[in-house]
Amino acid sequence: MTWVNAVIQGLLLGGQYALIACGLSLTFGVMRIVNLAHGDLAVCGAYLGLVLSAALGVPVWYTLPLVLPAAFCVGLALQALLFGRALRHGELAPVLVTFGLSVMIENLLQVAATSDPRGLNGGTLALASFRLGRHITVSWLFMTAFLTACAVLSGLQLLLSRTSWGRKVRATADDLDTARLVGIRVRPVFATVAGLAVATAALAGVFIGTIGTFDPLAGASTLIFAFEAVVIGGIGSLWGTLAGGMALGVTQVVVGQINQAYAVLAVHLLFLAVLAVRPAGLFAGHQAGREVRGLRALG
Amino acid sequence: MTSPGTGPLLEVTGLDVFYGDFQALFGVSLSVARGRATALVGANGAGKTTLLRTIAGGQAAASGSIRYAGADLTSAPPHRRISRGIALVPEGRRLFPSLTVEENIQVGAAAAASDEWPLDRIYGVFPMIARRRGQRASTLSGGEQQAVAIARALAAAPALLLLDEISLGLAPRVVGELYQTLAGLREAGATLLIVEQDLRRAMTACDDLVCLLEGRVALAAPVAATSRAAVVAAYFGEDSRADSA
Repeated sequence: MTWVNAVIQGLLLGGQYALIACGLSLTFGVMRIVNLAHGDLAVCGAYLGLVLSAALGVPVWYTLPLVLPAAFCVGLALQALLFGRALRHGELAPVLVTFGLSVMIENLLQVAATSDPRGLNGGTLALASFRLGRHITVSWLFMTAFLTACAVLSGLQLLLSRTSWGRKVRATADDLDTARLVGIRVRPVFATVAGLAVATAALAGVFIGTIGTFDPLAGASTLIFAFEAVVIGGIGSLWGTLAGGMALGVTQVVVGQINQAYAVLAVHLLFLAVLAVRPAGLFAGHQAGREVRGLRALG
Repeated sequence: MTSPGTGPLLEVTGLDVFYGDFQALFGVSLSVARGRATALVGANGAGKTTLLRTIAGGQAAASGSIRYAGADLTSAPPHRRISRGIALVPEGRRLFPSLTVEENIQVGAAAAASDEWPLDRIYGVFPMIARRRGQRASTLSGGEQQAVAIARALAAAPALLLLDEISLGLAPRVVGELYQTLAGLREAGATLLIVEQDLRRAMTACDDLVCLLEGRVALAAPVAATSRAAVVAAYFGEDSRADSA
């Protein structure tokens, strides 16, 4: 029973990884930017939730109608002021710019909020749980995080596959130059994608901060897990990202069951193994596979 | 935009275009009259594709001007040119591989000049792709992909259609069908600027002919007023130097 329990807890944990990773997947898939500040932006979302929840005296959930639009606007602004400009200066510039942004956010947070670890007020939901059978107890908080991740990923998938906005996003991701030539205005496409990416990061940050604790430097480890979920799942595939997150979560909890010291190491080893065997990711489409093989051929 | 102006629909004057330090076009001037079909010919690297891309807004002009229906569009972004009625069928088709046939066509309507070309009218012109509307564009045959590329441009309801090597890699029968479709579009009032490698086909299908040589206009004349020999001479340059072969 402990193993079944470990797998279930791992799958739920994987939902959180997928939630933080989907924004990373989206920005890379559409704009070809690996946003190294993605984890830090999630942590910013947690701090914003902390400040608002303390100021208003309510559990952090009630601050989401303020946090998410604010994060969306931050994404729009970042795209307009930083990423868009960086993209015009070659492939390395966005990496340097997002790295710089990451360092700046971490240091500003340390100055503004000190290095003390914080937790968010999750209200009654944080302590509630339900039983599956006789031996397995599932936290409602974990369950909510998992269901939220599924809802966010389904929503994004629907937006991408069913709306004219999604059509433009996919066309732009396929071929930026041709997208421009056939009349797609790329700037608003990029801006909304960046906005959604930061909003989902902030939402993930709020869950991370409610489930555990966070500090100004928590973004780095968050980013690594998100990055691994994206790569394992296959770049540009949202369902792949969910599966990647679950693979990470299950590995972490099941290995942790054997020896807690090796849990995180096992996750990174899984990532390396996937990268060595299927560099395009487990669920990548043919095109991503071709691209990665092309890159290897070049290298 | 449909003002019955007597001047040319498109007027390109003194266009210089660079890729970094490399100059692709040298003072190219060209005018396309409303309702006519103009063939743009020239050897590989003569600048035909660059000229079409610059007219469509995919490439910036260093100097010179592009006037269309009386308005200066030299520095307008592509979507503004499309909404005024210029659409490009790019070289190599360049469909969006992960989108379906229908989605590719719908994307072409993103900045459409009007709603004159709804999906059912487009499918009426290209019945062979109507059957494949739900398939990914990358799964189609070359001829079908070319038809989708033209359909995507038509979705923008263009008055001026720029076509870049639509016959590349296609069987003669398929090319014949595509040119028949273009003839139908001309009857409906479209103005065409066509890059075509096949000189004979270019001279049969078009009213006017412009030949580029190493980034410069070597010949511009109505087809009726020139000869195949004159075009061939312009194509290779009168003094065909051995080192440029």
